[in-house]
Amino acid sequence: MNSLNLFQLLNGLTFAALLFVVASGFTLIFGLLRIVNLAHGALYLLGGYIGYAAALATGSFLLAVLAAMASVALAGLALDQGLLRFVRGFELRQVLLTLGVAFILNDLGLLAWGGDTFTVPVPEALRGALRFAGVFYPKYRLFVLALGLVVFLLLWLLLNRTRLGALIRAGVDDAETLEAMGVNIRRIFLVTFMLGAALAGLGGVVGGAFLTLYPGADSEILVFSLAVVIIGGRGSLPGAAIGALMVGLLNSIGQVMFPELAYFVIFGPMALILAFRPLGLFGRAA
Amino acid sequence: MLEVEGLHSFYGDAHVLHGASLTLPEGEVLALLGRNGMGKTTLIRSIMGLRPPAVRQGSIRWKGEELLGLPAHEIARRRVGIVPQGRRLFPSLTVLEHLTTLKPARATGGWTVAKAFEFFPRLAERKANRGHELSGGERQMLAIARALMTDPALLLMDEPTEGLAPVMVQQVERIVLELRRAGLTILLVEQNLYSALALADRVSILETGRVVHEAAASEAGHDHATLTRFLGVH
Ligand SMILES: Nc1ncnc2c1ncn2[C@@H]1O[C@H](COP(=O)(O)OP(=O)(O)OP(=O)(O)O)[C@@H](O)[C@H]1O
Ligand SMILES: [Mg+2]
Repeated sequence: MNSLNLFQLLNGLTFAALLFVVASGFTLIFGLLRIVNLAHGALYLLGGYIGYAAALATGSFLLAVLAAMASVALAGLALDQGLLRFVRGFELRQVLLTLGVAFILNDLGLLAWGGDTFTVPVPEALRGALRFAGVFYPKYRLFVLALGLVVFLLLWLLLNRTRLGALIRAGVDDAETLEAMGVNIRRIFLVTFMLGAALAGLGGVVGGAFLTLYPGADSEILVFSLAVVIIGGRGSLPGAAIGALMVGLLNSIGQVMFPELAYFVIFGPMALILAFRPLGLFGRAA
Repeated sequence: MLEVEGLHSFYGDAHVLHGASLTLPEGEVLALLGRNGMGKTTLIRSIMGLRPPAVRQGSIRWKGEELLGLPAHEIARRRVGIVPQGRRLFPSLTVLEHLTTLKPARATGGWTVAKAFEFFPRLAERKANRGHELSGGERQMLAIARALMTDPALLLMDEPTEGLAPVMVQQVERIVLELRRAGLTILLVEQNLYSALALADRVSILETGRVVHEAAASEAGHDHATLTRFLGVH
C-alpha cells in the first residue's frame, strides 16, 4: 500500500476543481428545477468536442471555451424549451427524458467525432510544469485548480450578491410562492438551466485538455457529479464544493492506495454520509 | 370588485369547492370564516392561480377581468397579492432580500422598501436576519411586507394571526386596518371570529366548499344561532 504524495494530492485537488465546475451546474439545475439532468454528462462531452473543434479552427483556447459555453447553453435552451417543458411537473418523466437525450447526444457524438480520443490543445503559456516543494507539476492542472476557485467565487457572488441570485435562491426554496409574488419563475428556470449547461460545457473544454475526450467520458463525469451533488446536498454551492473536494481526493486515494477498490473508496463514504444525512451535507428538505 | 362565482376546485379526484361564490367591492374587507378543512385556503389558492387545486368550473373576475386560467405571476401583475397560510418565507433569503428581490431598493413608485421599513420598523432592525431567525410576529409582518412589494390592490390574507400571541394578534389587526385605510381591498381568512368581526365590513362563512352564510360584520356578531351552527361558537 502506497501513501499519498504531494503530486497525487494535487491531482486529487485539480480533479476536484474540474468536478466542481461540472457539478455546480448540475446542482443548480437539480436544486431549482428539481430535474436530475442525466444529460449533464453528455453536455460536458459535447462542450469538449465543440471546444476541441473551435480550438483547432481558431487556435485560441479562450475562444474554444467561449464557443463551448455558448453552444452548450443553447443546447440547454433547446432541451428545456423543446422537450422538458412538455413534461413539467412529472419528475420521473423528466429524468427519463434527459436519459434519452444523453443517449442521443452520445450517438451523435460518435457519428460526428468517431470513437477516437481527442485532447483539447492547451495554450502555450499553460504548457510545461512548475517546480515547487520538490515536485514538478503541470501548469495546466494548476490553472484548472485556479479556475475552479474562480468559478466558485463568481457563482457565489452571483447567488449571494445579485438580484438574479436571490431570485434563484428563493426559487430553490419555494418556487410556487415566488411565482405568487409576480415572478415569472419559468424565466428564472430557463436562465438557470442555460447557466448550468454552460458550466457543463466549460468543464468539457477544460477537462478535455487533461482527461481527454472519448465516448464514455460523459457517463464517467456524470457518475462523479452525481456523487458530488448527493454528498453536498442538492442546490447547494458550498455543498458542491465540499462534495467535489471529497470525491476528488477520495478518487486519488482510491487510485493510489486501493486500486482494486477505487470506486468503492468514493461510494462507500457517500453511502455512509447518506445514512446519517439523507439530504446530503448541506441539503435542506423542500 | 372581486367576483367569484360557482367555483369547483379539486385535488385530484377530491372535490373540495362545490360552487363557492363571493363578491368583494373595492376598498372593503371581507372576512372568510369556516372551520378547519372547509376549503378556505383552497379558495384563496384558486383565486391566486396556484395549482393544485385544479379549478374545473366557475369564474373569478377582478375588476371585470377573468383571472381563471392565468398563471399566478400574471395574476400578481394584475395587482393581486397574497399572504399565504403559514407565511411561506424563503429560508435562504434575508429580511431585506425578501423585499428587494421583488422590488429593487432604488424603485420609487408604490410600496418601496423604505416605506415598508417605515411601516414595519421591527423589520428594519432585523433586515440582515433570515426568516427563521425572526419571531412569529415578525415573520408574519415580513410575509405582509413581501406581499406589499407587489403593490397589490387586492390582498388575499390567509390566517395572518394564526399561531400568534395576543399582543401580536393586535398588531396584525392594526396593520390590516391601516392597509384598509390605505385603500386596499382585502379578502381575509380568519379563524379568530372576534378579529374577523372587528376588521371586516362583511363576513362569508364557508362550509364544505360552499358559502352558506353572508352578512354585514356588525350583524353577524349578534347572530348567535348562525355562529354556533357553522363555527361552533357558543
Ligand atoms: N394539496 C392537497 N391535496 C389533497 N387534499 C387537500 C390538499 N390541500 C387541502 N386538501 C383538502 O381539501 C380540504 C380543504 O382544505 P383547505 O386547506 O382549503 O381548508 P381550510 O379551510 O383552509 O382549513 P384550515 O382552516 O385548517 O386552514 C381539506 O379536506 C383538505 O384535507
Ligand atoms: Mg387554510
